Amino acid sequence: MAEFEVPVLSIKNLNKQFGSGCPRCQDGESPSFVKNYCPICGTVYACRDVSFDVFPGEVLGIVGESGSGKSTLMQCLYFDQEVTAGEAYLADYHNGEKNLFQESSQQQRYIRNNIMGKVYQNPLLGLKMNFSSIGNIAEKLIAAGNQHVGMMENRGTELLNKVNIPVHRRKEAPKNFSGGMQQRVQIAKALSNRPPLLLLDEVTTGLDLSVQASVLDLIKSLQRELNISIVLVSHDLGVIRMLADRTLVMLEGRVIEQGLTDQILEDPQHPYTQQLVHSLL
Amino acid sequence: METLLEIKDLSKSFDLHNLGKHIRAVSNVDIQIKEGEFVGITGKSGSGKSTILKCIYGTYRIQQGSIWYHSKKFGPINLAEATERELLYLRKHEIGYVSQFLNVMPRTTARQLVKQAILEMGDDHDLAEKETEKILAHFELDEELWDSYPTTFSGGEKLRLNIARAMVKKPRLLLLDEPTASLDHDSKLKVKLLIEQLMKEGTTMLGIFHDLEFMNHLCNQEYNMQNGIFSHSTSFTNS
Repeated sequence: MAEFEVPVLSIKNLNKQFGSGCPRCQDGESPSFVKNYCPICGTVYACRDVSFDVFPGEVLGIVGESGSGKSTLMQCLYFDQEVTAGEAYLADYHNGEKNLFQESSQQQRYIRNNIMGKVYQNPLLGLKMNFSSIGNIAEKLIAAGNQHVGMMENRGTELLNKVNIPVHRRKEAPKNFSGGMQQRVQIAKALSNRPPLLLLDEVTTGLDLSVQASVLDLIKSLQRELNISIVLVSHDLGVIRMLADRTLVMLEGRVIEQGLTDQILEDPQHPYTQQLVHSLL
Repeated sequence: METLLEIKDLSKSFDLHNLGKHIRAVSNVDIQIKEGEFVGITGKSGSGKSTILKCIYGTYRIQQGSIWYHSKKFGPINLAEATERELLYLRKHEIGYVSQFLNVMPRTTARQLVKQAILEMGDDHDLAEKETEKILAHFELDEELWDSYPTTFSGGEKLRLNIARAMVKKPRLLLLDEPTASLDHDSKLKVKLLIEQLMKEGTTMLGIFHDLEFMNHLCNQEYNMQNGIFSHSTSFTNS
């Protein structure tokens, strides 16, 4: 049957290695591998042949243990890292006909500022801690070519309101905020240009339970209201269960299993996924 | 009447790698359901009844056999081979599932829960609100509860909410996994009433019931399961 939908984002055979590789490990299946690390030349194969599609309005979850390549994958998608090989296509960029990884760095910056938003696990990476909160949002708006101060002020206030940051604190710097508030400012910033695609990298890790709940509720309601597509990386299956429609499971840089979230949780196939699911409290 | 669902030679087993076990849940099952029928499955617990429903709904992935469903959107489609996105679409628009356990989003009120289910199919907020109140009222869920969290509900209230949420969408095919197991007699009657109403509106249903005599007058076919295979089936022509 023909596909009845067009993906927002399509990733094909993404590879990322740290190190140059040696003849012993380049065929990929050398017996000398320790997990995804070649002990002879010290090369780490962080992402190996990762392919997936993200469809309009869906939340795609990515789970896996620490070191499985989840964050590297997200960094590649946001051009924080250069890929070793692979292709990426965005429906909103040249009708999905151009490989994003081959575009110039100016074009990649354009894509980051206009078509994507990203929220990092560590707010230090996503925010300028000494700027005002609204200034942080304005920064992204300016980067996308906006010049009208009044409009940016309104948009910033509207967004901070949406993520439940009290309006009278909009000019305060995020360094004065709690961890949960910082994450919410990051989300506001990521949403500022109405991107069709949002990348969330362990956004609730390290937050206490009640704050975690408020951030998750926020993501859920934003997704419902704006019908935005989200790639959500988390090692927390509870978060995945609550938010993701479909889920990929990563291990040692590879996608070892994918399926509907309830398939992954109720009928896991791969031994690692079974172990993961059975470890759920 | 057209055949809506045809299961051929369905087998499902589970490989538990970490325990080194292989469990065969269902073997060589055939079911045929025509549009508008109400089909019941009976059998002891552990005989594989729920497994069949979960295979149809796509929660379990199937190793052997086919599940042909006649979709409004896709035409005849083998659910065993459907893509994830096709399954998601069908779950939103055509196939409903009611389990014994309410799977709720935390911090979502009863009203929001039902309303969101309706909104998955369309954008009309006013209509969704009306439909929500109608069905909550039908199940006589106390109005005070409408805007509180289902985690605080009693078992029966949760179950009624669960059924309300699935039925309000008037799915073409509704899978019922012992929906009345822990309900009192009055609540059971209400479920039965709604089942009758849905049948009139054309919903096809496949259900697991412990107390099938309760649903007796509704049932067109009954399958009995033992150890993962059908031991016998009965057809009724009373409707």
